[in-house]
Amino acid sequence: MSRNSKNDKTHVIDYSTKSHYLTKVFQSPFYTRQEPLNHLKEWGRWADYLSPHAYTCSAMEYFACRNTCTVFDLTPMSKYRISGKDALPYLNRLVTRDISKIKPGRVGYCIWCADDGQVIDDGTVFHLDEDDYRLCSQERHLDWLLTNTIGFDVRVSDETHEVAALALQGPTSCATLKKMALEGIEKMKLFDIRCFSFEGSQLVVSRTGFTGDLGYELWVDPAHAEVLWDRLFEAGHLHGIQAMGDEALQMLRVEAGFIQARHEFMPAHATVRPTHTRSPFELGLGWLVDFNKPNFNGRKALLAQKNHGHRYNLVKLDIDGNKPARDSYVFTKNKKRVGTVTSATWSPSAKASIALASLEVPHGEPGEELLVEIYYQKELKWSRVMAGARVVTDVFYDPPRKRLTPPADY
Amino acid sequence: MTDEKRRVVIIGAGHNGLVCAAYLAKAGKQVTLLEAAAQVGGAAITREFAPGFRVSAGAHLLYMLDKNVRTELSLDSTGLSFSQQDMKTTALAEDGNHLLISGDALQGGNINDGDRQSMKEYRRVMNRFAGVFNRLNNRIPPRLGSRDRSDWTGLAKTALNIRLLGRDDMREFLRIAAINIYDVLQEKFDNPLLKGALSLDGVLGANLGPRSNNSVFCALQRLSGLQGTAIAKGGMGAVSNALAEAARQQGALIRTSAIVSRILMDGDRVSGVELQSGEKIAAGTVISSADPKSTFLGMLGAHNLEAGFVRRVQNIRMRGSVAKLHLALDGVPEFRGLNQNRLGDRLLIAPDMDYVERAFNPSKYGEYSTEPVAEITIPSLHDASLAPAGKHVLSAVVQYAPYQLKAGWSENKAAFTDRVIKMLGVYAPGIHSRILHKELLTPVDIESEFRISGGHWHHGELVMDQFLMLRPVPHSAQYASPVNGLFLCGAGSHPGGGVMGSAGRNAARAVLASKAIEDQHI
Repeated sequence: MSRNSKNDKTHVIDYSTKSHYLTKVFQSPFYTRQEPLNHLKEWGRWADYLSPHAYTCSAMEYFACRNTCTVFDLTPMSKYRISGKDALPYLNRLVTRDISKIKPGRVGYCIWCADDGQVIDDGTVFHLDEDDYRLCSQERHLDWLLTNTIGFDVRVSDETHEVAALALQGPTSCATLKKMALEGIEKMKLFDIRCFSFEGSQLVVSRTGFTGDLGYELWVDPAHAEVLWDRLFEAGHLHGIQAMGDEALQMLRVEAGFIQARHEFMPAHATVRPTHTRSPFELGLGWLVDFNKPNFNGRKALLAQKNHGHRYNLVKLDIDGNKPARDSYVFTKNKKRVGTVTSATWSPSAKASIALASLEVPHGEPGEELLVEIYYQKELKWSRVMAGARVVTDVFYDPPRKRLTPPADY
Repeated sequence: MTDEKRRVVIIGAGHNGLVCAAYLAKAGKQVTLLEAAAQVGGAAITREFAPGFRVSAGAHLLYMLDKNVRTELSLDSTGLSFSQQDMKTTALAEDGNHLLISGDALQGGNINDGDRQSMKEYRRVMNRFAGVFNRLNNRIPPRLGSRDRSDWTGLAKTALNIRLLGRDDMREFLRIAAINIYDVLQEKFDNPLLKGALSLDGVLGANLGPRSNNSVFCALQRLSGLQGTAIAKGGMGAVSNALAEAARQQGALIRTSAIVSRILMDGDRVSGVELQSGEKIAAGTVISSADPKSTFLGMLGAHNLEAGFVRRVQNIRMRGSVAKLHLALDGVPEFRGLNQNRLGDRLLIAPDMDYVERAFNPSKYGEYSTEPVAEITIPSLHDASLAPAGKHVLSAVVQYAPYQLKAGWSENKAAFTDRVIKMLGVYAPGIHSRILHKELLTPVDIESEFRISGGHWHHGELVMDQFLMLRPVPHSAQYASPVNGLFLCGAGSHPGGGVMGSAGRNAARAVLASKAIEDQHI
């Protein structure tokens, strides 16, 4: 065991070359391409990066993703490289699922917990090569990942700023990449990773995404970011390619039933009030907890929870009417408050008002009839409606093309 | 239940391991005690450091031995006896005008009447406050945030202990318990030599200076044995031998030269230990008297634990800053102005508080004290068996010698030894010519000889943030650990270091009650 594992294993980034000391925020390596397309001239923040809410109109961007394809800038996502002899045991102690089942060239969705079994974040593990992994997540976790190195022969480095990434999602995404001459792209199965040579560099493509649709994520060094964007838009020109911002993504991911940190759960390490966190069972992710693999963070607490029960159920709600139920309280039919909506949207594809909601146990059984208290405003006048809602089990939008290999050539 | 599952293995036959073994054996458990060294005792041993010269190589004074341990294990019948009890303290002055401290009485050292008066009050309150700690030391620390009745009554008793001091003493206790001894002594006394000597009580064995917070706390812990300072007949090793005899009489099996390399797991439980020789010993319960870092990060391994817990263990403050000096002397040393009949006292080199603080300063930056402080004893004056006829041994605790010496101990040990001896020469001018042999144990030596991470002989700084339910770390403070069947019983657990045996005794009780703890461990 190395006593100074922190010092030995920290990958030091030379921030002096970064412009954020002047701007307090990074521009994505795609910024020069995003900026002219951003007609609204509004920028949101994702960690230390600028990230557009929407380029033109979030509804149009949403429809582009469901009908043609869209490009979303993933660069701000946390990307950690985990390599070395103990990379597998290290990851297996970190996350709740059995990483040994993710073969090289495959991606796995996973969550990781603090000692008390409360979720820190969810993300994807990329098995790039033997003893070489990349962990991606929305939140930043370098301190926790380094803490986890104590006693393991593993190197953890933050490559968030060293890897530029785009999500290309939608029915024509495969056709677009084929046109970019990424040979064999149509053979990639869901959660596959492949490397392609690209403009003298390497382009890593994974068949992954956050939209619940056919789609890919593209990983490249920042020096090749702009040329990647240009090639994509050239190839996708006749396939309806469009840039997409975060607002459209929110609609897409709620339709797909995907959870997100700071919406469905508070990251355990960023939460002051101990009862405001969630365990995997309370997020409907019990299937990601494997008690048959070696010891992992949170195991003991989760085992106790499995045996003695958990506090909340995360459910999907199909809500009457067309008013998005953002931040609403959820009641039983006899007006007992049993939970809150965590994410809500009007679903254009399902033609329904849909939501994810966290309900106190035992509520949340499939088919349970509930009421959702929705406040809405029309020309400064507030109205309140107690809309009927049902707990549903199927995701709101789940097209077969998401899994189909090879995908249909649109 | 099979025999193997019933077996209890205790790692380390230091005094706490021995006490724990004795109590568990007494309760009918099948106990195997494994000691890495060739003799029992851990850091409480007597060993030869030069031909014919023997010394208590680790701890050299006995002032905290748990009275319950002494009576319940009948140590007086298994070989415990004292060559000197109620030792007095002499604070050495460079000019030979030494100060004799005997309980609350003061003699010499230009002491004024005000200080004489203040000393009586100081001793009174410090002894009362130490009583609070004494009662805490004998108890399994209560857990916070638990619904268990024993935890609530434990907390209530702790509060009641403090409340029963009465309004004025309670207020004083709450005022000074967490602050530094420099300020407290400064407001009570005038005499620099007296203040220097008393301040040393707050920093001996610790990586603290008199101005560090927690130094009053440390002083109270030292006093919490509520007994005078003593030297065991035959040195500290005799105490360990008496404990070992008690353990054997109760039926414990003690194996020496048995180095545990790994604690073995079977699923969620410990299943035994593996020795360096490759031999595996199956056991349903494993109790470690080794320090928490060696136990969890070394023998158990971080992969068997959760990362938050590992981080807390890694962050336990346990950097040793104390060296131990052993001198073989060709006759009785002479200290300037010190009457021969005072030579058997506990002799202190701490002429004033600023001197002590200045000695501490370099250790913060990874350097040793150029003018160290010391607690000196000449045990052979009380126990002739320790040295050849007419010759003597000197044993001194010397501070500060930081574990992580920037310049490295291998190159600088000789230079530091010379400095310490030079400093002794200031008070005992002819001592150089009387030295036949010398041995200095730096914290690095202490780490390797006694197998204590960081060479900190209390297995972790003895401070408020590492005390009671915080010792060694939350989630293993009741001698249990996050791993089912694995317990701690060493000085790294409550109440901590000093040859006390309370940790071993409390741990034995916790293990016996462990079914309850295991099922509802939080």
